[in-house]
Amino acid sequence: MPRLPRSTQAERWTRPRVLTLFLALALLALPFADLSLGSHDAGAALARMFSGFLRPDFSAVEQIGRAIWLTVAFAVAGVAAGASAGLVLAPFYHLRGVRWLCIALRSVHELFWALMLMQVMGIAPMTGVLAIALPYAGIFAKVFSEQLDEADPRPAQVLPRGTDALSRFLYARAPLALAVMKHYTLYRLECGMRASAVLGFVGLPTLGFQLDSFFRLGDYGAASAIMICYVVLIATIRLWMRPALAPLWLLASVVTLSLIKSPPMGSGALMRFLTQDIVPAPLRDGWDGAALWEWLRPLLVSEALPGIIATVLVAQIALALTGALAFAGFGLIVPRVTSRAGRMVGHLGLVILRSFPEYMLAYLFLQVFGPSMLPAILALALHNGAIIAHLLGREGEEILPSLRRDAPRGLTLWGWELAPRLSGPFIALCLYRWEIILRETAVMGLLGIATLGFYIDSALAELRLDRALVLLLVTGLLTAAVDRISRGLRRRTGRGEARHFRDECC
Amino acid sequence: MSLTILDNETLGYGRRAVLPEVSFALAPGERVVLLGRSGAGKSTLLNAVHDRLAPAHRVALVPQDHALVPQLSVLRNVLMGRLDDHGALYNLTNLLRVRAHDRAGVAEVLAAVGLSDEIDRPVHALSGGQKQRVALARAWWRGGSVLIGDEPVSAVDETQAGVLLEQAQARFETAMLALHDVTLARRFATRLVGIRRGAILFDAAPGDLSDAEIAALYAG
Repeated sequence: MPRLPRSTQAERWTRPRVLTLFLALALLALPFADLSLGSHDAGAALARMFSGFLRPDFSAVEQIGRAIWLTVAFAVAGVAAGASAGLVLAPFYHLRGVRWLCIALRSVHELFWALMLMQVMGIAPMTGVLAIALPYAGIFAKVFSEQLDEADPRPAQVLPRGTDALSRFLYARAPLALAVMKHYTLYRLECGMRASAVLGFVGLPTLGFQLDSFFRLGDYGAASAIMICYVVLIATIRLWMRPALAPLWLLASVVTLSLIKSPPMGSGALMRFLTQDIVPAPLRDGWDGAALWEWLRPLLVSEALPGIIATVLVAQIALALTGALAFAGFGLIVPRVTSRAGRMVGHLGLVILRSFPEYMLAYLFLQVFGPSMLPAILALALHNGAIIAHLLGREGEEILPSLRRDAPRGLTLWGWELAPRLSGPFIALCLYRWEIILRETAVMGLLGIATLGFYIDSALAELRLDRALVLLLVTGLLTAAVDRISRGLRRRTGRGEARHFRDECC
Repeated sequence: MSLTILDNETLGYGRRAVLPEVSFALAPGERVVLLGRSGAGKSTLLNAVHDRLAPAHRVALVPQDHALVPQLSVLRNVLMGRLDDHGALYNLTNLLRVRAHDRAGVAEVLAAVGLSDEIDRPVHALSGGQKQRVALARAWWRGGSVLIGDEPVSAVDETQAGVLLEQAQARFETAMLALHDVTLARRFATRLVGIRRGAILFDAAPGDLSDAEIAALYAG
């Protein structure tokens, strides 16, 4: 059989084909997904919630204020610790050991980190800070090292030869990348605020915890109030988080967190965790290959496999819906497509959807629709769709001045000028979000949807940490695999067009 | 005795030979100026000579693109000329707060190149000519026996260029520069080397070269 010439190989992955492939995958997944409306009276629940949301009740000001401030404190402390560790690791990121450590750190979701750390430290401030700091250290190390690599290499090249490595780094490398590194850290703080809020759902005293309490009490007015405060806080982050004020915020955060009282853990919790709890049960009394396989096989077949299938089902449907929403919605915020008033509504909608982490949206939808894959899919699609729409809209705004003077307006402009020009970045962004959607899908299992997180949560609830660890590994490998495929497809279809978007998504 | 010898060596980037089979020697006390059109191979030769000399001699380098750190002050950029004279701890503390004697020393070389007032300004706020003078000040601060410069006075006016080259002559025993101003080159050099299309066309004292011979470098 004749071999395909190289150009044909590349042409196999054209953008329309990639798009068709993903749509087909989502359609294939649809019949297998549980999209039932579990709650018998979704309409009534929705009406009750809506009427509550329209009447925000700020009277629980003390609880709201405390939850919001602790959300900020955990985010600031966690991101600061993560960034510091990342900065130390970044110059060594080219070493394989460091790189793998960082990949492992960031492949585990913040919520999973929190659940594991709780086994050692209990519900303590350090648990929350480390749950953010550990994965973020891996992310910061990678991004910082890329930013350092992208900086002008010439000043370092002309330094006198005998200059030691540290001086070389501090004089001729770090100053060149400092501005972009600062910018990235600020942006990561925004992500950290989301992560910190969500940590409340597993018991830390942040926004998620308070929101959950309000919901359990049916106090939708207070829930509405706390969510409004949260959106405002995130939308104004650039006003209150100034580089000059950062040390002050950090100090206040550390002081606040150190004043939180937490139940003491028995001594030796860490040693027990490392040497007993996470060691596979059949190996605790010495190596036994046969017993290990007997232990591992049912775990993989009856938990990991169904978990993977459910996770992939939800993620693929959510990805397709994300793309559809983003593509249809980005015109909302582009001048000449939408009127000024329309743009303001569009921006507001996108900001709200972007501010709420997928997990929190899924939690909200779960209250309405009851437990099925539907709340997860909707939450993932709305949040990620809003992010892509925002980025595409901004890009669209930037290309407006370069269009011909007699270019059309409104939907025609959207369809004929913007959509075709932005199709490259659109696909690249969707592929980029694919990995993120998968990560988030896995973690939504903690809400009771049967994705991988569900099985991890069950294992943790039974205090079978060894099984939880295996499932975490499986989750990490699945994410890594998707990341790899996504990177390959991005390289073939996007020609790196989404590169400058990298720093803008969480 | 020569400082450096290239003996029939082929210089270039990667596989592309810029200067095939070139031989070159530099003796102490010489001031060599390379002449030739851009792309002829001057920078390649300068870089090669720098790389041969740097391990054994104290060489000060003024690269064509200056290679300054725009975010740092003029003072710290100049200090970079001597980072190898100190340990990491000294340099780190100097980065945070420059020692008084270092500052005084740098102020002296900045006065020489006419940048006294800019000592604390960040380099990105300077004009092209000022940036070039910072790069020169960095080389003056480094000092040593050899100066290697790639168009080191291209961004300053002719009068200033003359003054700066006189300083170079006074501060360094040996120098090797690429220049495009033939008048300046004749005044500064003890040896003029003409390069055309990757080959050395002439290598002689300025007095032994006619203007026509030099003009041939740039013709057609």
